[in-house]
Amino acid sequence: MSFQFTEEQIKRYSRHIILPEVGGKGQEKLLKSKVLVVGAGGLGSPSLYYLAAAGVGTIGIVDFDVVDFSNLQRQILHNTERVGVPKVESAKMTLEALNPDVKVVAYNQRLHKGNVLDIIKDYDIVLDGSDNFPTRFLVNDACYFLGKPLVSAAILRFEGQLTTFDYRNKEESPCYRCLFPEPPPPGLVPSCQEAGLLGVVGGIMGTLQANEALKLILDIGEPLVGKLLVFDALTTEFNIVKLRKDKKCPLCGENPTVKELIEYDQSCDVHF
Amino acid sequence: MADIKVDRELDLKGEVCPFTFVKSKLIMEQMDKGQVLRVILDYKPSVENVPKSMREEGQEVLEVNQIGENLWEVIVRKVR
Repeated sequence: MSFQFTEEQIKRYSRHIILPEVGGKGQEKLLKSKVLVVGAGGLGSPSLYYLAAAGVGTIGIVDFDVVDFSNLQRQILHNTERVGVPKVESAKMTLEALNPDVKVVAYNQRLHKGNVLDIIKDYDIVLDGSDNFPTRFLVNDACYFLGKPLVSAAILRFEGQLTTFDYRNKEESPCYRCLFPEPPPPGLVPSCQEAGLLGVVGGIMGTLQANEALKLILDIGEPLVGKLLVFDALTTEFNIVKLRKDKKCPLCGENPTVKELIEYDQSCDVHF
Repeated sequence: MADIKVDRELDLKGEVCPFTFVKSKLIMEQMDKGQVLRVILDYKPSVENVPKSMREEGQEVLEVNQIGENLWEVIVRKVR
C-alpha cells in the first residue's frame, strides 16, 4: 500500500502531483527527505522557504546568530518584530506557519569540528548558505567524508555563484577544494558586510539551491555537478564555467593531505 | 462498456479541476499496469480535462460516457 495523502495534502501539493516527473510518488519522496541548510540568512531564507513549501519532510537549520535590522533587506524568513530573536527560531516559526507537514530542526550553534559530522550525518542533502570560509571548508570536508551531496552557493555585491558537489560519487564529482584548495588569507575577500550585496541576489541564488536540492531528491533532470553557475545581476546574465576534478586536490586528489576536519580561524565575527 | 473489466472505481462527484485529475492520478499510481480505473464525474470541464491529462501521462482512455444528467464516467487503462 502506498502513501496516503490527506485532503489538505492533495490540495497543497496538487501542482507537484500533476507534473509527470513528480506525481504522488515524487511528493512522497519529498515528504520523506531530510535537508540541512547551513545559514538562515540571505541564501538560506529563500532556499528554506521553498523547501518547506515543497514539503521536504525534515529540514535542519544551522545558525548561531540573532536577527538584526541589517538582515531584513534580504533575509525574508525574518521580520521586524523578530529583531533580537535567534535566526533558527525565527526561521522555524516562519516555516512551520507555511507548512505544518515539515519538521524543522533548529541548531542554534556555530559549526565546529566537534559537532559538524553529528549534525550532518542524518541528512540526505546539505545546502551551504554560509558567508565565511571557515564554515564553507568545514561543511565541505564533512560532506565529503560522509558522502553527502552539497549544494553550494555564494553571493557578493551583484554576483552569485552556484554549484553542486555530489559526494555520493566521489570518483566523478569535483569538490570545493578543487576550486579553492585553502581559505584565502583573512582580509583578501571582502565579506558582504564590507562589500555590500543587492538583496535579491540572495533570493535568486538561494532559490536555485532549493531547485538543485529538489532535483536531487526527485532524481530528475541534471544536477549542476562539475559546473559553476555565475549570475550577474547587473546584466541579468547566467554563465556556466566547467569545473574539473583536480588530481592535486588536497581533499579528493590522488595524494590527499586533508584527512580529517580542519577548523580555520575566523578572522572576524561574521553574520549570515 | 459491458465487456470492460473495471479494477478500481473512484467517485469524484463534487470535485472540480484540477483535483479530479490529481485524485485519479494518485489512484492510478497505486494500480498495476493493465488495470482499469473508472472515474465518476459531475463537473463538466473535468470530463475533457481528465482524459486529456491521462493521455498526456501515457495512459489509455478507453471510454468517456454520459451516464446521467450531469454525470459522466471516464474509463482509463494504466499503461505506464
